[in-house]
Amino acid sequence: MSTHTLSVLVENSPGVLARVAGLFSRRAYNIDSLAVGPTENPDISRMTIVINVESHSLEQVIRQLDKLINVIHIAELKLDESVQAELLLVKISATTKNKFDVEAVLETYGASIVDEDAESLTVEATGDAAKISDLLNALERFGIRELAQSGLVAIERGSGSLADRTLSTQSIPTADSGQADYQN
Amino acid sequence: MSKKMSGAKSLVQSLESAGVDVMFGIPGGAILPAYDPIFDSSIRHILVRHEQGAGHAATGYAQVTGRVGVCIATSGPGATNLVTPLADAAMDSVPMVAITGQVPSAAIGTDAFQEADIRGITMPFTKHNYLITDPLEIPRAIAEAFYIASSGRPGPVLVDIAKDALQKETDFIWPKDLSLPGYHPQIEPENQAIKDAAALIAQSSKPVLYVGGGVIKANASKELMQLAELLGAPVVTTLMALGSFPDSHPQHFGMPGMHGTVGAVTALQKADLLITLGARFDDRVTGKLSTFAVNAKVIHADIDPAEIGKNRYADVPVVGDLKHTIAALIPALKAEFTKGRADLAPWLTAMNKLRATYPLGYDLPKDGSLSPQYVIERISAITGPEAIYVAGVGQHQMWAAQFVKYENPRTWLNSGGLGTMGYAVPAAMGAKVGAPDTIVWAIDGDGCFQMTNQELVTCALNNIPIKVAIINNESLGMVRQWQTLFYEGRYSNTSLESKRVPDFVKLADAMGCVGLTCDRMEDVDAVIKKANSINDQPVVVDFRVFRDAMVWPMVAAGTSNDDIKIAREIAPDWDSQEL
Ligand SMILES: Cc1ncc(C[n+]2csc(CCOP(=O)(O)OP(=O)(O)O)c2C)c(N)n1
Repeated sequence: MSTHTLSVLVENSPGVLARVAGLFSRRAYNIDSLAVGPTENPDISRMTIVINVESHSLEQVIRQLDKLINVIHIAELKLDESVQAELLLVKISATTKNKFDVEAVLETYGASIVDEDAESLTVEATGDAAKISDLLNALERFGIRELAQSGLVAIERGSGSLADRTLSTQSIPTADSGQADYQN
Repeated sequence: MSKKMSGAKSLVQSLESAGVDVMFGIPGGAILPAYDPIFDSSIRHILVRHEQGAGHAATGYAQVTGRVGVCIATSGPGATNLVTPLADAAMDSVPMVAITGQVPSAAIGTDAFQEADIRGITMPFTKHNYLITDPLEIPRAIAEAFYIASSGRPGPVLVDIAKDALQKETDFIWPKDLSLPGYHPQIEPENQAIKDAAALIAQSSKPVLYVGGGVIKANASKELMQLAELLGAPVVTTLMALGSFPDSHPQHFGMPGMHGTVGAVTALQKADLLITLGARFDDRVTGKLSTFAVNAKVIHADIDPAEIGKNRYADVPVVGDLKHTIAALIPALKAEFTKGRADLAPWLTAMNKLRATYPLGYDLPKDGSLSPQYVIERISAITGPEAIYVAGVGQHQMWAAQFVKYENPRTWLNSGGLGTMGYAVPAAMGAKVGAPDTIVWAIDGDGCFQMTNQELVTCALNNIPIKVAIINNESLGMVRQWQTLFYEGRYSNTSLESKRVPDFVKLADAMGCVGLTCDRMEDVDAVIKKANSINDQPVVVDFRVFRDAMVWPMVAAGTSNDDIKIAREIAPDWDSQEL
């Protein structure tokens, strides 16, 4: 088993998340995480999907995904060719006594305190999976009360963009009596 | 070209613009606005008795004509009754468009009366589907639905339309062109792939053409014939491909798979190259996958890239429309042959000998009762290869695959992928609507027939004179066969007692059909001829056959093709064969 990050451009149409999620569940593909958000083009959303597959079936996953009419483009983003990040919000037990210790940890990870009261601190951090998991380990001794974590998002390094390369403006002519023209 | 009209009128106008000439359906509340303009439309609407019948009829029509089949139903139960035929059409790559009414958009999500999330339900087994709440979107959705259903690998598309979208006034604008940025089926194969395939074929000394239903979808039978005769290799046609290559052709080895011929199964097993054309390495063909054709390289040509490598690694994948692919392969192979080619003679000699040693056959029942295989063989012999044959699912389906002689594409319809009991009668109805001048025989089981026979009423009332042969073995025969073989003859819940109840002749009569019966070998020809002579009414023949006939050969589920049995516990005598 190995982990792959897929960046999937989809038409921003209703039901598209259900189509993708349904495909993964019915074909028994393991999803580690899935994040959906807008892109620079309002008609297109980006799904970042982290999957765990045998290497030979990655191609199958991509081809099955590509069969969904609303899926426009799929690219695998390799670790060394992309920037990858997750968002972590974690609430830890902290008092004025140990706040200094917490802050010392946070500094090493570039994380910050976004909310606090007498008993707890809420910490926000972003980074790749390894960094987030290290940070969580480091915070464990203070007592983790609750955590919320996003799926991974990723973008290709350099100036290129997926959308530029893939969005064709090709359109399909329909004739007035459509049927005959679709047949060969 | 914009005109003001209701959403319902826009829907009907869109269907007319898409070239629809017939549709099958049943009205109800949510779809009712559409039925008003349907009343005036040039489209023939056939009122069925169950929406499942509408769906399979659309499939039958599509399979015979190559055009998109259309069915229409109301929301909720009307829509859910279409689930089985949609799943069936998805498995067998049938171009179909299903239109359903939905509750008004404001009521969606409230568990309103007759609300069902049919778009959500059908996502896994439609090629695409739509929920339309804005009437302006109706023409584009319909145009896209027909294009998606019929292009690339064909499949079913569902368009669910909220009732208020049908009622509102809108502009009808038939789109001049479609923009589907995520949908670009590849028609032309890559040159390099064709060259690689040709090179591999020329080197192969034991090639087999493994032909699937894709050849029929692509209308590529002529090209297949040219390729097959150029190469001279054995041709096997899967359950979905029967008729794509004539049974009578000396290179035809029959159907491979669980109930395939010894010749076809063995040709695949012993080949050094599978030239796979529009087939998908289904488990019913491969048997235990790890033991399937272990010495063969694979050329896999299909229009659907996701089929390639799904079940079996492809040494040479060729993505494209098979008509184009095979047409490109022929000159490439000729060019390759000028450089030299492997000698096929030893392979052909061995395979021909094997085929001659193990032809399809059956024993007549010892108790003197009627043989089901004989009945089917006679229907074929008397009616001929120009007719269309439609089967249900079970033993009778396998016998119809084995003992009807197919010479032409689109003359054999069955539910191959989903195995849907109840397919035959409504699919035959759709087939007859698509080919009104052709004799259409449904070869059905007594079990299957009791699932959907009410469409004979539709046939009787709409001048759709199909013929139905009920192969009445008074049981769920295929299941009973498995109980005989794998459950020590413990026949749990497979006896239908259908030689007692229902009386199929009276039932046929009650439905406005001619009912005939036959239980003696000597009467078979006469009753078939009588049925063939009736053209103004549907005919049902109750063939009361031997209960314990079994389908052979058989590769038991999950076992290797090498363990094929030609009769109970009898394997071919491999030792006397040199392969
Ligand atoms: C809708 C549906 N239910 C159940 C089955 C399982 N099944 C497969 S074959 C078969 C028996 C069919 O009996 P019949 O129509 O009498 O045909 P026979 O096998 O006797 O020729 C059954 C129950 C099925 N394929 N489809």
